[in-house]
Amino acid sequence: MKRLFVLLFSFLTISAFAEAPVEGGKFNAGEMITHHIADDYNWHFADGATVYLPVILIDNGTVNTFSSHHFYDENHETVPYNGYVIEHGHIYRANAEGEPVADQSGLYDLSITKNVASMFISVLLLFGIFFTIAGRYKKNPGKAPSGIQSFFEPIIIFVRDDIAKANIGPKYERYMPFLLTVFFFIWFNNLLGLMPGGANLTGNIAVTLVLASLTLLITVFSGNKNYWKHIFATPGVPGWLAPIMIPVELIGILTKPFSLMVRLFANITAGHIIILSLFSLIFIFQSVAVGPLSVAFATFMNFLELFVALLQAYIFTLLSAMYFGGAVEEHHHEEEHAHGEAHH
Amino acid sequence: MELVTPGVGLVFWQVVTFLIVLFLLAKFAWTPIMKALSDREASIENALSAAERAKLEIQGLKAENEKLLAEARLERDKILKEATEAGNSIVETAKQKANEEGARMIAQAREAIETEKRAAVADMKNTAAVLAVDIAERILRKELNDKQAQQALAQEYIKEVTLN
Repeated sequence: MKRLFVLLFSFLTISAFAEAPVEGGKFNAGEMITHHIADDYNWHFADGATVYLPVILIDNGTVNTFSSHHFYDENHETVPYNGYVIEHGHIYRANAEGEPVADQSGLYDLSITKNVASMFISVLLLFGIFFTIAGRYKKNPGKAPSGIQSFFEPIIIFVRDDIAKANIGPKYERYMPFLLTVFFFIWFNNLLGLMPGGANLTGNIAVTLVLASLTLLITVFSGNKNYWKHIFATPGVPGWLAPIMIPVELIGILTKPFSLMVRLFANITAGHIIILSLFSLIFIFQSVAVGPLSVAFATFMNFLELFVALLQAYIFTLLSAMYFGGAVEEHHHEEEHAHGEAHH
Repeated sequence: MELVTPGVGLVFWQVVTFLIVLFLLAKFAWTPIMKALSDREASIENALSAAERAKLEIQGLKAENEKLLAEARLERDKILKEATEAGNSIVETAKQKANEEGARMIAQAREAIETEKRAAVADMKNTAAVLAVDIAERILRKELNDKQAQQALAQEYIKEVTLN
């Protein structure tokens, strides 16, 4: 496992910032940063060290699969291929002149992009690490953990005791697989994104959208009578307020996962933007003297981002657990009110 | 706007991959890990309560031992006391017997001495009488050779008789 990490790291350490696009000697920081945090059809580690990823297009039911290499010429400029063209990071149907045509209906782009490839790497890591750990538990039942097992065991117990048990209550067990998977998926991908050359997967709105949607679906489908009663007939609210309260509560169902989606996306993307901006300063001022300062700040930011990577995984998992807890909570509010009354 | 528009491809791959990861990890990682953890916690819990029980048991045994020890001590004291008493009485009796025997022997000895003494006195008296008679005879034989002396003696005797 250790060897795998080292291999992966050495593979990704090839200078990430070597591709700062310099057009006619003029450096455009905004363009460079947008390019870095966006998805791409190839994985560019350095000039000459580019991995061209497969393009998968579904065009009115027919599947077209080819390497994204065909879209780039020797100068790394995009060129039309096979009736398709890349424009602003997307693939469109093209006419004979290589211009996108108006009618794009029925064209779905399911390419293995940089983010998808990065996600596959994280999945391999997740499988490698957690199947190994599960194997250790099976091999030494009842024994003290050792090695990688003892690193992850406290984290798993933390997710179980302080996130799931504390917020969901006695029914926590059925949510454990989702919470653990989400926690480690987000954490691992946050960390992979911080590696030089890493993709900005958890800072992509599509990824956070899917994760938040899963939280929403699980919350809605595990909602008990009490949960729905609170939405459609909030206790203690007079009946004539229902026309206002019901829409507000229904919107509330959506805003909770929406906040999850935006929080993770914004935090990770912002971190990437800050670090990239700090490096851009060197090129904007075109001075070596700015270098040490930029590097110092970027190093500090990187440490902060390492913390944010863990923190955001924790927050996403914690809030998901709280929403699940709210959905399965048993009816006990009346008793609490009664107790409150008794005290006054 | 580009940044906040989710791409269809990534959504698709994310859903597919995440669900597969969720399923596989749940089946082959989380379930065995959670089970192993709760099993281990249960076994630790059991071990602790067993230790607690053993401690109580040992305490019970200790108390019992102490009770037995105290009983044994009492028994010992009692036996010792009895033995001392028995010893004392034996010594007392022996002493008494010895005293009695001693007294009896002294009495016997005294009696024997008395008898001996009496015999010796009697013997001495006899011897003295014989000696006196013998001496008197010799004196008389010598004295009575002279008339005058006989006269004087007789005179003496008479004087004594009258004075008595």
